[in-house]
Amino acid sequence: MEGAPSRTPYRLIATQVSRHRVAAVIAFLVVLPWLTPSHALAANILIFGLYAVGFNLLFGYTGLLSFGHAAFLGSGSYATGVVMVHYGWPWWLAIPAGITLAALIGLCMGYLVIRSRGIYFAMVTLALGQCVYFAFYKAEAITGGENGLRGVNVETIDLLGWKLDFQDPITKYFVMLVFVAAALWFVSRLLASPFGAVLESVRENEKRAAACGYDVARTKLLAFVISAAICGLAGALRALHLSIVPIDSLHYLTSGQVVMMSLLGGMGTFFGPFVGAATILWVEDVATILTKSWQLVVGVIFIIFVLFFPRGIWGSFLHWLGRR
Amino acid sequence: MTDLNLLLLQTVTGIALGSVYALLAIGLSLIFGMLTVVNFAHGAYFMVGAYIGVYVLSATGSFFASLLAVFFSTGLFGLLTERVLVRPLYGRGPDYPLLLTFGLSYVIIDVIRIIFGVEGLQSSTPAALQGSVNIGIGYFPIYRLFLIAAAAVIITALWLFIEKSRYGLIIRAGARDPEIVRILGIDVAKVWLLVFGLGTAIAGLSGVLAAPIRTVTPEMGIPVLVESFVVTVVGGMGSIGGAVIAGLLVGVVYSLTALYAPALAELSIFALMALVLVVRPQGLFGREGLME
Amino acid sequence: MSETNIRRRKLLLSAAAAATTPFWINSVRAQEGPIRIGYPVPLTGPYAAEAKDQVQGAELAIMEFNESGGLNGRKCELLVRDTKLSPGEAATRTLELIEKDKANFIVGSLSSSVQLAVNNVAKERRIIYSSISQSDTINEVKDWSPYTFHEAMNPTMTAGAVGRYVFPKYGKRIAFLTADYAYGHEMVKGFQRAGKPFGVETLIDIRHPIGASDYSTFLPRIMSLKPDILFFCNFGRDLISSIKQAGDFGLKNNTRFVTPQLTLTARLAGGSDVFDGVIGGATYYWRLEDTVPSAKAFNDKYRKAYAGAVPSDFSALGYSSVRAILTAARNAGSTDSDKVSTALRQLKYDFTKGPEYYRNCDHQAVQSVLVIESKSKNMKDKNDVFDIVAIEKPDESHLRSCQELGHKA
Repeated sequence: MEGAPSRTPYRLIATQVSRHRVAAVIAFLVVLPWLTPSHALAANILIFGLYAVGFNLLFGYTGLLSFGHAAFLGSGSYATGVVMVHYGWPWWLAIPAGITLAALIGLCMGYLVIRSRGIYFAMVTLALGQCVYFAFYKAEAITGGENGLRGVNVETIDLLGWKLDFQDPITKYFVMLVFVAAALWFVSRLLASPFGAVLESVRENEKRAAACGYDVARTKLLAFVISAAICGLAGALRALHLSIVPIDSLHYLTSGQVVMMSLLGGMGTFFGPFVGAATILWVEDVATILTKSWQLVVGVIFIIFVLFFPRGIWGSFLHWLGRR
Repeated sequence: MTDLNLLLLQTVTGIALGSVYALLAIGLSLIFGMLTVVNFAHGAYFMVGAYIGVYVLSATGSFFASLLAVFFSTGLFGLLTERVLVRPLYGRGPDYPLLLTFGLSYVIIDVIRIIFGVEGLQSSTPAALQGSVNIGIGYFPIYRLFLIAAAAVIITALWLFIEKSRYGLIIRAGARDPEIVRILGIDVAKVWLLVFGLGTAIAGLSGVLAAPIRTVTPEMGIPVLVESFVVTVVGGMGSIGGAVIAGLLVGVVYSLTALYAPALAELSIFALMALVLVVRPQGLFGREGLME
Repeated sequence: MSETNIRRRKLLLSAAAAATTPFWINSVRAQEGPIRIGYPVPLTGPYAAEAKDQVQGAELAIMEFNESGGLNGRKCELLVRDTKLSPGEAATRTLELIEKDKANFIVGSLSSSVQLAVNNVAKERRIIYSSISQSDTINEVKDWSPYTFHEAMNPTMTAGAVGRYVFPKYGKRIAFLTADYAYGHEMVKGFQRAGKPFGVETLIDIRHPIGASDYSTFLPRIMSLKPDILFFCNFGRDLISSIKQAGDFGLKNNTRFVTPQLTLTARLAGGSDVFDGVIGGATYYWRLEDTVPSAKAFNDKYRKAYAGAVPSDFSALGYSSVRAILTAARNAGSTDSDKVSTALRQLKYDFTKGPEYYRNCDHQAVQSVLVIESKSKNMKDKNDVFDIVAIEKPDESHLRSCQELGHKA
């Protein structure tokens, strides 16, 4: 109180965390593998957290609800896998290939959908996402079709003579973390830039943004492509993590999953998507081992959060911190 | 069988398929148009309807009794859902009901698994409607003809209710402008409750009608949900006439694609949706500006 | 390598330590303590009933192994994990089983894509994986490894046996209704391969999306062609729905319905009317006990353990795959992947259905194939639903040759 509430320790933590948000997220991710029941789960959280961050750039910061983002996660995975399996590319060259294909598909899809709004935007992205799904499904000779792509195998990573065992789960995790950290830093810089401000103004009021002289359609398209590229990176890492690319990475349920993760974690917050991804995957992982009725557990948690914590987990936490 | 007959038979098949789509989409469209709630649990109500229907049919032996039982039980279930879970979310934007009904569908599916087991139930066609009959262009299952007729009856009844009754008038007015309706002294909350119940009751009915030709399993509502979303969007969200026409259209498009390029059948309905939306972003009969 | 050593390595992320032990997994996998078998199966989702049988079969084999003293006193435990029928989930669970639970062997799965995912993860880490789900691809050199075993039948032998039975009996003009994925495609190839010597004519092969809920739109065209035999190359609920709907259209009147894999689980879920007269292949059917002593012994043990229930195809596969691995481990006196792999290659066994062995080049279990017909009359009890109409003896000549699969020998 006394006119300086920002000096209370809670507010201070909140301000510090949001000021150094990238550092805070990375600090969390560094310790994550020792917190989760298994290293494989930690890696999944890392990948899906990045996927949710990419999605949230469009949903949380630009206000566009896409139901087709699996197209980017999946095409990133497939491009990475295909160039490694069929063309023998090294893994470090395969990752940019994944990002590039995802961004290209994002550009084509974005060009078609940018005119639509609201629920229709969601539905066109769903439809186009399904078209991408079928394209990969039918290209059986390259993608393996329903069987998925196998053999995305990396045994050791050679860094200028420094050999890393990529099959060691911890090594694998930290190699992937380097990429995730770079992407997070990029997103954070982007949001802090003038472009980030334009994005938020488009979300708040499209007409006013246009009246201010911003090219709304181009801004949206650019956000769409960047979002796709980040999800593509997540996909590329997933291919390396699992050593396979399952066809369901392109499925609309995978698109739905990321929507749920962002909403549950807190859309429009930097860390929220990661929290959402971690919560869903963690709860599913534990509940699946404990009971066959894991969907019941997950469903009830969803309902409770929607009813009582509408800002999402991280959003509610920040709100609570802010009020102290 | 001549090619023309095959084409006609394929079209009738598509209409039978489309009539289930239409019924499902009407419920979704009603709920969305009035409440701006995207009901992700719609497929779960469809599945619950099928389960209750098969259960009542095997207990009583009367198909008609099972239809009535399903209409009222899934309707009541819908009323409860709206009152307890959805109502607190009004005014918070469409994302929250979407997330809630998604969670609810998980719960419903698992509760059904716990009660009835994971294997699903055996469902058979009512004795009087078994077999196939020559309809001039080839043999066609009697039950599917009944399905078309039943859907027509339900849709007509619903149309009369909405166009001719006093409640229907309020529903239509509420969909246009809930503010005005409230100012006129009508309890909008009650109307919304009724609409949600009606939507889920119709979903349940389509479940029990589809049960004899499909396998009744806890997961049967999942693919159906996406298909009915496609139909609703093609028809224009909130438009009941649009839902019916789009339902039949999607059924026929699927069926004709299945005839000439079966591998593309599943893709065809999504391609249709993408095409419609790129050309006409609000759907065939939708109003502009919803949910922006 | 000691525990503290591992921990330090993890903390330091020391590349040097990793480089000196490139195959860290085998080196830390315990050669004492309980033997762990990781068992990823689809406990939830459409194949939950089949998965339950798979688990019961495996548990029976483990119970027997433990009661008979284990491996020099080392007992075995089964780590069942839910794949949710998703290859991504299955890969994650397999990583967990190998990395965290230190599973010595992996067995299980029920779908083409899931088994290939599990196999890829296991083989990279040199862990033996025995698949109990149909697939031709897993035999091929690209996916195969010395640690890959295939206990289930493959589409070539299944469709082959069924085809050789039905073509002379029911006719040569055939049509397919095929689920559009590897399982379906491989079965079609299997039937066509078997049909060549008989001169069969494929009128149409309709591919339907996997998991479709309505098949009516694919049926009028098939009806107009009036085939002698309609092959349903799909599985589980797809099979039940499509057979039921084809029956409603009156197709059964002039056409014989055949499916490559006719399972007890599907038949019980679909009912006798839907399946009446349908012919199909099977890994196992409990009435085999009338003629095969090992089947009788297996059924009796199973009935005793599970309150009178009879084993299904999936119970039998779960049982024999786990028992084969544990027997091989005993023969090798070790749980080391290479030693057990060698012992498995030398194994001749008869656990449920007569003699079997793993072919050396691709580790495919060479076994008899049952051809069964669904009946609706003369049933002894509720599980007496099929007649065994033919049994094709184990015969390597019915498999694709090793060269055809890309193997050297």
